[in-house]
Amino acid sequence: MKGSDVTIEGISKSFGDFKALKDVHLAIKKGEFFSLLGPSGCGKTTLLRIIAGFESPDMGLVSFDGVDVLPLPPDKRHANTVFQNYALFPHLSVFENVAFPLRIKKVPPKELQRRVTEYLKLVELDLQAHKKPAQLSGGQKQRVAIARALINEPSVLLLDEPLSALDAKLRQHMLIELDRIHDKIGITFIYVTHDQQEALSVSDRIAVMNQGEVLQVGTPHEIYESPATDFVARFIGETNLFDGEVTSVRSLGKGSGKGDLLFVHVDIPELGSIKVTTEDALEVGQRVSFTIRPEKIVISTERPSTQREDINLFEGLVDEPIYSGFQTKFYVRVSENVVFRVIKQHANYSDEGPEIVWKDSVYLSWSANDGYIVEVKR
Amino acid sequence: MKRSYGLTYAGPTALWFTLFFAAPLIIIVLYSFLKKGLYGGVEWQFSGEAYRALLNPTFAAITLRTLFSSIIATLLTILIALPCGYFMAKSKNQTLLLLLVIIPFWTNFLIRVYAWIAILGNNGFLNELLHRLGLTRDYIQFLYNQEAVILVLVYMYLPYAILPLFSTIDKFDFSLLEAARDLGATKVQSMTRVLLPNIRSGIFTAVLFTFIPIFGAYAVPLLVGGKDSYMLGNVIADQLTKTRNWPLASSISMVITVVTTAGVMIMLGLQKRDAQREAEAKRSGSITTQDEMGILSEGVK
Repeated sequence: MKGSDVTIEGISKSFGDFKALKDVHLAIKKGEFFSLLGPSGCGKTTLLRIIAGFESPDMGLVSFDGVDVLPLPPDKRHANTVFQNYALFPHLSVFENVAFPLRIKKVPPKELQRRVTEYLKLVELDLQAHKKPAQLSGGQKQRVAIARALINEPSVLLLDEPLSALDAKLRQHMLIELDRIHDKIGITFIYVTHDQQEALSVSDRIAVMNQGEVLQVGTPHEIYESPATDFVARFIGETNLFDGEVTSVRSLGKGSGKGDLLFVHVDIPELGSIKVTTEDALEVGQRVSFTIRPEKIVISTERPSTQREDINLFEGLVDEPIYSGFQTKFYVRVSENVVFRVIKQHANYSDEGPEIVWKDSVYLSWSANDGYIVEVKR
Repeated sequence: MKRSYGLTYAGPTALWFTLFFAAPLIIIVLYSFLKKGLYGGVEWQFSGEAYRALLNPTFAAITLRTLFSSIIATLLTILIALPCGYFMAKSKNQTLLLLLVIIPFWTNFLIRVYAWIAILGNNGFLNELLHRLGLTRDYIQFLYNQEAVILVLVYMYLPYAILPLFSTIDKFDFSLLEAARDLGATKVQSMTRVLLPNIRSGIFTAVLFTFIPIFGAYAVPLLVGGKDSYMLGNVIADQLTKTRNWPLASSISMVITVVTTAGVMIMLGLQKRDAQREAEAKRSGSITTQDEMGILSEGVK
């Protein structure tokens, strides 16, 4: 069986007074690598546990391929879980851990042997089959957990922060591994994480959650490049975020979506006026949040010579340069209360000007197309 | 200069054990090989008579019955203690529940047995209740039979099984049960295939803690049992006080000692095998059964 569509409609769940999930709607497509991303306590794990069948929602529907699964206990759902702490059975060997679901189903020994070996090969652990979980490293345990969850050939694989217990390097490796497995077996993956890098690098689509609500669903590119709320903007990657008021709106013609592409001036009290393009229908006088990613800002010691109308230009002092090899991050103080984060990539010698150091006076500039209006306040 | 305080520390303990543990045991072994005195006591003359008397069918029957009742009582105790320990471990009011399990220890053993007599007696609480409810016309004979003995034994030794089981289950990772359910196991299967194998050491301990005292039970069969529920403990008492055959009393004691020691050895052997397997399986450190082993060896003393 290949993957299933997973539909979540109006799910709410409370624990006592705490509202863990508030009217969550999601349509996850067959075979998708779908991430639930958010800070701890945002409800993502609760949602996963509801899909797996360990919790039942107060309201709402969960269906796989249109079939309501809420009445089914966990053992009757075509979904398997990779647990955060692996949850390997300590009294069983690697082989027996992976064979567990087949033993429950009373699969004949020959076929059992064949399938367990096949899945151990998939996660490259066929040589460790006789070992006990206690003998394995974190990454190996993780792979046993994955093989064990896959051997029943579920149509949905649920992964609950599967990499959080691994160190950074191993995490990268396992992430690639997960992606490979997903490509190979093609079932629906629902991946819970609080790590935006993980989510951005492997997901087909991401749902960003906070305080029990889904704030935005989109491709990693959409989530990163056009965050829907200032929470999303802040949570995904680093950013510079300001509140201001729209002072002028001018249409640049038809946008890529339904509305017009607008060229907007926003007055930010502590900074001044900035220019930004947006497809949100804005009016003069509206309160908005504006964001510009650190890597979109050009930093230079000399004043940029361009006269283009869409360029925002500010002067500042380097408060703190943080060198990290392939890039340097600068904290640039533009006014009393405004410090910009700016990231400069060390691409190649041709665009390296003179080195920018502490206390340098610098120019920051970016195009109106690179900034975003993230939230219209009411 | 380093001074060794070893003997200073070990001395009192060694003396204590020699006086109150080793010496009585040696006396019992010794007496069991002597000739019985006319009015109790022994005559200092070697005799195998006490052991020959054991072959008497009456003793053999009592030994078997004692073994049988002890095994049944132990099994029942464990079967009741397992869910108790499980729910205590999962409960939010662990301290309260632990207290409830321990409270009976604050009451005298005999008082607790008499409490059961008050409940089960012919004019006791239970008969009275059944009568008032109109369910029975005559009283039912609950006491003075095998069932009453087993019931009271189970009640008496239940805490000894609950406590080690609770402490083992409390350390059990309950997410393993979710994993089992997730992988297709039913509730029952998740218990038998995942919970039980992982709390084996606690079960061993609980079995030892209940089987050993039950096998040597004396007061309970004496007070709530009848002629058909006599256990070895009662026979020993009779031999000491009524028949005054001290060598025979000693040889029966030896039977109890041998059977319980064999039980302990088997259990320890099983646990040692587990521990070895775990030690083999352990190069990258994790949980062990060491602490349960600690409890166990203390219990055996």
